[in-house]
Amino acid sequence: MSNPLRDMEHPDLIFCIGTNMTECHPVAATRLKKAIAKGAKMIVADPREIHLAKLADLHLPIRVGSDVALLLAMAHVIAREGLIDREFIDARTADSEEFLSHVKDFTPEWASEICEVPAADIEKAGLWFGEGSPSAIFYTLGITEHICGVDNVQSLCNLALMTGNLGIEGGGINPMRGQNNIQGAGDCGAVPNNFPGFQPCGDPASAEKFSKAYGIDIEANPGITKVTALDLCGKENGIHAILIDGENTVVTDPDMNHCRNALQSLDHLVVIDLFLTETAQLADIVFPATGFAETDGVQTNTERRVQRLRAAVPAVGESKPDWWIIAQIAQRMGTPGFEFESAKEVFNELCSLSPIYEGLDWDRIENSEYQWPVPDKDHSGTPRLHEKEFKNGRGLFKIIGYRDPAEIIDDEYPVWLTTGRRLQSYHSRTQTGRSSGIDYLLSEETLEVNPDDAKAWNLEDGEFVKMASRRGEIQIKVRVTEQSPKGTVFASFSFASVPVNVLTGGGYDPVTQTAELKVCPVRISKL
Amino acid sequence: MNQIADNTRICTMTLDGDDVKFCEGETIYEVAERHSKEVPTLCYDPRLEAFGACRLCVVEVEGIRNPVASCTTKATEGMIVRTKNDTLDKHRTTLLEMVASENRNNTVDELAGYASQELGNLLKRYPVLPGRFAGKKSGNSNTDDLNPFILRDYDNCISCYRCVRVCAEQEGDHAINVMNRGFDTQITTEFGNDLRDSSCTFCGQCVATCPTGALTDKKAIRAKDTPGEVKKTRSVCIYCGVGCSIDILTKGDRVVGIQPAMDGPANEGALCVKGQYAFDFVHHPDRLTKPLIRQKDGTFREAEWDEALQKAAEGFLKVREKHGNHATYGIASGRAPHEAAYSMQKFIRAGYGTNYIDNCSRA
Repeated sequence: MSNPLRDMEHPDLIFCIGTNMTECHPVAATRLKKAIAKGAKMIVADPREIHLAKLADLHLPIRVGSDVALLLAMAHVIAREGLIDREFIDARTADSEEFLSHVKDFTPEWASEICEVPAADIEKAGLWFGEGSPSAIFYTLGITEHICGVDNVQSLCNLALMTGNLGIEGGGINPMRGQNNIQGAGDCGAVPNNFPGFQPCGDPASAEKFSKAYGIDIEANPGITKVTALDLCGKENGIHAILIDGENTVVTDPDMNHCRNALQSLDHLVVIDLFLTETAQLADIVFPATGFAETDGVQTNTERRVQRLRAAVPAVGESKPDWWIIAQIAQRMGTPGFEFESAKEVFNELCSLSPIYEGLDWDRIENSEYQWPVPDKDHSGTPRLHEKEFKNGRGLFKIIGYRDPAEIIDDEYPVWLTTGRRLQSYHSRTQTGRSSGIDYLLSEETLEVNPDDAKAWNLEDGEFVKMASRRGEIQIKVRVTEQSPKGTVFASFSFASVPVNVLTGGGYDPVTQTAELKVCPVRISKL
Repeated sequence: MNQIADNTRICTMTLDGDDVKFCEGETIYEVAERHSKEVPTLCYDPRLEAFGACRLCVVEVEGIRNPVASCTTKATEGMIVRTKNDTLDKHRTTLLEMVASENRNNTVDELAGYASQELGNLLKRYPVLPGRFAGKKSGNSNTDDLNPFILRDYDNCISCYRCVRVCAEQEGDHAINVMNRGFDTQITTEFGNDLRDSSCTFCGQCVATCPTGALTDKKAIRAKDTPGEVKKTRSVCIYCGVGCSIDILTKGDRVVGIQPAMDGPANEGALCVKGQYAFDFVHHPDRLTKPLIRQKDGTFREAEWDEALQKAAEGFLKVREKHGNHATYGIASGRAPHEAAYSMQKFIRAGYGTNYIDNCSRA
């Protein structure tokens, strides 16, 4: 998030797109509800009539994967109506003229055809966003899990830049991070394109810094992504060994069958986890890790706040902290620099190598008051990014065009499937599924089908159906609900008995290789 | 104390004989609280709009005949306030006697909820005779709500409406409301149904704010008879990325419950159903307790750490020998702490000199 969570109580106009916040980030959503109670207006763009949509002043039930068209048309309206922030554009951005001329072609009428919502509503969304003072953007995986995920994010940046809604209280571009430490995994450099602290792998100086620190020549070019790695498993000159820490790859990744085959083709698979997950079951060696309430450590939240996790009970069985297990394997391979004796030592080494954590150490984060970047020991942290300047100088407008999803509906697969989470369960349920009481609220997965569709397809509420995509098929129980729009069905990927990710995986964003999990044409038929 | 805005007027009042400063707009209670006056309350939750129902927080203000509720009265320039004297104590004791006499159970286990000791502590602090107003009792316990999280025992309800207000003001869910008046006052859902059939999301906020244990954390209270003290450890929730601060409640080696941290910067006391109640996977029998090694027949066998670590290392070395540095990949977790992610990337970068490392953010 560019802005702190507390800023969520201060927008004049809230724009939520591709975020089911009341279910996926419920506590953050309470802040939006408070802003609404104080008079803020809210626009929600989401194909489904989620709870947030019911709280909204304007709900745009856009067709899955049509976000770029909506955002172009909103930019068109803002430019046409003179709602741009000229002062901000001149002082802080670059390439605005090209962008402002680019959006001239994309009228609400044009977008209306693609998004399948009325042009007048798109017009209104543009006006409201442009007039909001401030206007804040919130998004989640509904924006990123598309083949055009990067385009979607850059389109949102364009909106914020043209209206000067960055670096101010109650504004900003705010991705809500989905996992407790997914921000931290990136901060720590567990990505193929960045060293810790987002120091680029393609930058020779950064590569040299880490080569020196680690005592080995590290190549000065990015590695491959997990998606590519899984494609290369077992192939000649491909991947033959993987170490997985705490990820149920088989269930949570797209195209389950492909994923399982990939892991099975390895010479050596080592998995570290709390449970014998579907993924761990494929491993050659499984190590028991300590988890929540047993582990001392650090995690970073969605507003870049660096916080301490504390052990409250002894480790279950012989389980050990992940870092200890990894370090032990590394030591036995003869890799230097793994003589860690505590989580504190590991974290302090990270801080010493990462400019955004340079002012932090284990003892300084005791009270959770720091949001990175914290460049030195005298710095009090950075709750709000971009207040005075952008990291790279000026904010760049990007010229984006609309593209269809990788797969679109046709005669054979005539229904849009979109996927997500539900309030009561988390991901593949390795934890929520093993906590008592959760089943009382949500005991099984269902496919949300609009009543009109149910009638047209001759389906009853509670009936099991077959749902097939170009990659596979599953059986799932129907739940007839207005929550899903006509022509679009929804299911979560949480339940092992309904492995929705057998179906997904039609395409990937060319830049990030994020899978298009939000769009998958399917065919639904009676059993 | 909240940050003082530049244009806020600073005023002075006399509090129990001392001149104290305050910001225009503050209530007498807020000023008194800052000066540790320990003014008693029952209907007060600092996160909610002041309600003025319990009247325990009354103070004397010079020039005003009757005591005023300090939580709803704004401090003003030159005001002379007394928070303690015999008259006020007597008044508070009588009020507490009325509250206590209609309650079935004034001794509540601390596992019931974050604020559950408030009434009990006040009954200890003042010389209360609980039987003084014996007679009609309010209530209508609703313990037949079969939900596994929230016990609704309205026999212990004192109609402070904190649960109703937190649901409306903090959560915006409006799942519960107040029906009837006087002794017949009842906290209920729309149509009087079970919570599951209301707009309740089981965030647990009503339980956390309840000062009497009328609303009790059903999961935590299971450990009521487990021997040992309840210990609280400050940590952070491990579900979504909001990063809510929590206190992990333990007895001995077991996690027995979760309570929200009121001073948590991300959540300011709020939690959701997962963070509040989905914690007992920690002790689930499915937890792995020893390393596992796959055998020739495809099944796993339990192994000692040294053997498993050695085998893991040998497997990686063998692949490196045969296929070089670009044949091994690392997948880090977005769920494990920094130390795990940092060690994973170092395992690859320091071990192989490549950037063949990723995490689960792409799916």
